[in-house]
Amino acid sequence: MDPHQTAYLEEAKELLVELETSLLELEDTPDDQELIGRVFRALHTIKGSGAMFGFDRIAEFTHQVETAFDLVRSGKIPVTSEMINLTLRARDEIKAMLEEAETGETTDPGSAEEIINAFIALTTGAAPPAPEPPPQLPPAENVRPGIIAPDRPEIKGRLTTFRILFKPRREILQTGTNPILLLDELNALGECTIIVNNEKIPSLHTIDTEQCYVSWEILLTTDQGINSVRDVFIFVEDLSEIVIEVLEEDLDSLDDSQQKRLGEILIERREISAEALTACLDKQKRIGEVLIGEKLISNQAVANALAQQQHSSRVLKKQKELAETSTIRVEANRLDKLVNLVGELVTLQARLGQKAFRENDPDLISISEEADRLTSALRNNAMSIRMLPIGKTFSKFRRLVRDLSKNLGKEIILTTEGEETELDKTVIDKLNDPLVHLIRNCIDHGIELPEERMHAGKAGQGTIHLKAFHSGANVFLQITDDGKGLDCKAIHAKGVEKGIIQADTVLAEKELFALIFAPGFSTAKTVSDVSGRGVGMDVVKKNIDALRGTIEIESRQGSGTTVTLKLPLTLAIIDGLLVQIGKGFFVIPLSAVEECLEVTRTEANQALERSMLSSRGEILSYISLRRLFSCHDTPPPLEKIVVIEENGHRIGLGLDSVIGQHQTVIKGLSKVYQNVKGLSGATILGDGTMALILDIPQLAQCVKSEPPL
Amino acid sequence: MSKTIMTVDDSASVRQMVNFTLSGAGYGVIEAEHGKDALAKLKAATVNMIITDLNMPEMDGIELVRAVRNDPALKFMPIVLLTTESQDTKKQEGKQAGATGWIVKPFKPEQLLGVVKKIIGS
Repeated sequence: MDPHQTAYLEEAKELLVELETSLLELEDTPDDQELIGRVFRALHTIKGSGAMFGFDRIAEFTHQVETAFDLVRSGKIPVTSEMINLTLRARDEIKAMLEEAETGETTDPGSAEEIINAFIALTTGAAPPAPEPPPQLPPAENVRPGIIAPDRPEIKGRLTTFRILFKPRREILQTGTNPILLLDELNALGECTIIVNNEKIPSLHTIDTEQCYVSWEILLTTDQGINSVRDVFIFVEDLSEIVIEVLEEDLDSLDDSQQKRLGEILIERREISAEALTACLDKQKRIGEVLIGEKLISNQAVANALAQQQHSSRVLKKQKELAETSTIRVEANRLDKLVNLVGELVTLQARLGQKAFRENDPDLISISEEADRLTSALRNNAMSIRMLPIGKTFSKFRRLVRDLSKNLGKEIILTTEGEETELDKTVIDKLNDPLVHLIRNCIDHGIELPEERMHAGKAGQGTIHLKAFHSGANVFLQITDDGKGLDCKAIHAKGVEKGIIQADTVLAEKELFALIFAPGFSTAKTVSDVSGRGVGMDVVKKNIDALRGTIEIESRQGSGTTVTLKLPLTLAIIDGLLVQIGKGFFVIPLSAVEECLEVTRTEANQALERSMLSSRGEILSYISLRRLFSCHDTPPPLEKIVVIEENGHRIGLGLDSVIGQHQTVIKGLSKVYQNVKGLSGATILGDGTMALILDIPQLAQCVKSEPPL
Repeated sequence: MSKTIMTVDDSASVRQMVNFTLSGAGYGVIEAEHGKDALAKLKAATVNMIITDLNMPEMDGIELVRAVRNDPALKFMPIVLLTTESQDTKKQEGKQAGATGWIVKPFKPEQLLGVVKKIIGS
């Protein structure tokens, strides 16, 4: 039983007590109108609220009793002791029904029927109260209240254009009605053009600002059917003149040839006769101007007709667009093939470009540039075919948030932003699990119980906000909660306990938060079935790494946490930085690159010994790619350092030379190499040689754990 | 700035349901037990709309509509009546007195929200 029903039962019992006392008093003073009113009201409330909360039997029975008592109230039948007795019996019957509703036992429905029959016997002879004629409002000048609309079967789902004339009475504002909201409501039904007729507005010194002088003509194209249009005016139909006409039906099959000309529309709107129009048409000017010039019709009439013309052309255009953007379904693997072919083409284009550059042949160069433009357009297009809006994924989480928060006794709403942001299909598919985990974390660890929140001076209801947006070649996803935030001390203590850090280690906030992603880390006091087993955040990080994305946490204790995922738009082609070590080429994903430096060979050797180097007064971890990939050529006198950032940790990669930015078509490595650390794939360069793509997160791992590679 | 709605009804359970429905949709709610109580509370608070029952002790819904319409500070206040099928004459009387609209009991929460949206927007 829901709380509303319980509340009703409580209230009904109170009303029954009231009913009994009133009836007993009424027996002593049968003429007391106030008492009769009290009895009637009690019955009326039991009935009305009973129907509200699903106690139909109680409502039905009480309705019969109320009908009888209404006759008493209107003086049609006197208050007799018989009447009082019967009503008291009815009261007991209602009480029995209420108890039955509480306990679920059934009473004998016969007794209720018996009481009703007794009431009917008592009241026959008394005529039912004649319905009073509804009071009529005085007719206002030139407004004939009511809705005039064609009677037609309701056809939903077929586009129809209605012309609606909405002429409210001047006093409409006195009833607290806001006509603008009705126009908004019409606007929500479909394509809508609203024309204001303001010719009736008087001059400033005679205007009464509490009156409504304007009327509206609305052209609405909708598939909701005429009844939805009528429903909009339900409260104002006797305060306004409303005319609804059907202009065009079944618009789904319209074409341009059916576009009406202004003259035709004017005749249709009965603004002018066909003869007068023809006479004016012979003057060879714009028809509207001529008609106004000839004083045949008013400015307003032409303006309205023009608006109608524009409305139908707008609707037509929309219809056309809809027809054109019809979709076809294509198997995902066909698209993958297409993207692969485009990748090959990009590689080939790089070769052509190099060749043209070497030959220095102007013709060849211009062909190459042309081809370059085409391939990038083709690449973007092929990529965009695989893009899907992320909104669908977002909407899946609503249920998750609802159910979980209920389980934990928390009040949480999920708000979303940027649903239209598009991401590669493969990325979206792989994002689901990490996002589920992050949202679960927000619900479980982030947002506090309502009373706890109230204590902290926050609203009892917590919010989780999902936001997606594009920035450069990346998509950012942010999961923000307004919960209690991360507890730095607890994380530090936990890190020490798990042996991840030393007790005396002092970490910057960013590094401290990054501990959360360490395997086996969890600060939950108790293990709930939602989260807190300490598997998860490390898995989330692995998943995001696999997508070549990054994950960052920002948090303020007491006011909430934001987790930001940065993801590449696509998994097939990335922007990379092409570098060289000895004779080998490597690609570093550009998204990870912070800056490039140069150091002398001596400094580089020192850095190699210490595994770190200092740049601008800052200490960086240092990895020599020469050593990593066992390159034994003579090193150049100057070593280049590419500084990458991974999870708040900056690492310098020592290498021979930086060639430059490179459009990298990613090719997977075969199974033989799948366990090679530090590489995530390969790509083919313009001259046909191969470059290996570095796996930045893995490299960062080796800095921390330094396993022999 | 969320809008505030006053629910006037002598039935606590109906008030509770109206309150629950409206506050769930983000409106502020003020409860009053009858017309007199409503008028007293209207002096102290800013309200964007009133939803009132017809049959109440002390002062019924129709009288409340009249009182509000006669108060220069409140005369444009939207007022919705809660009626039952059998109260058609009362409904007419309420309209005559200047009510903005009506809802027939029993109603579902979404019907209530639809009417509120129609009359004061979301």
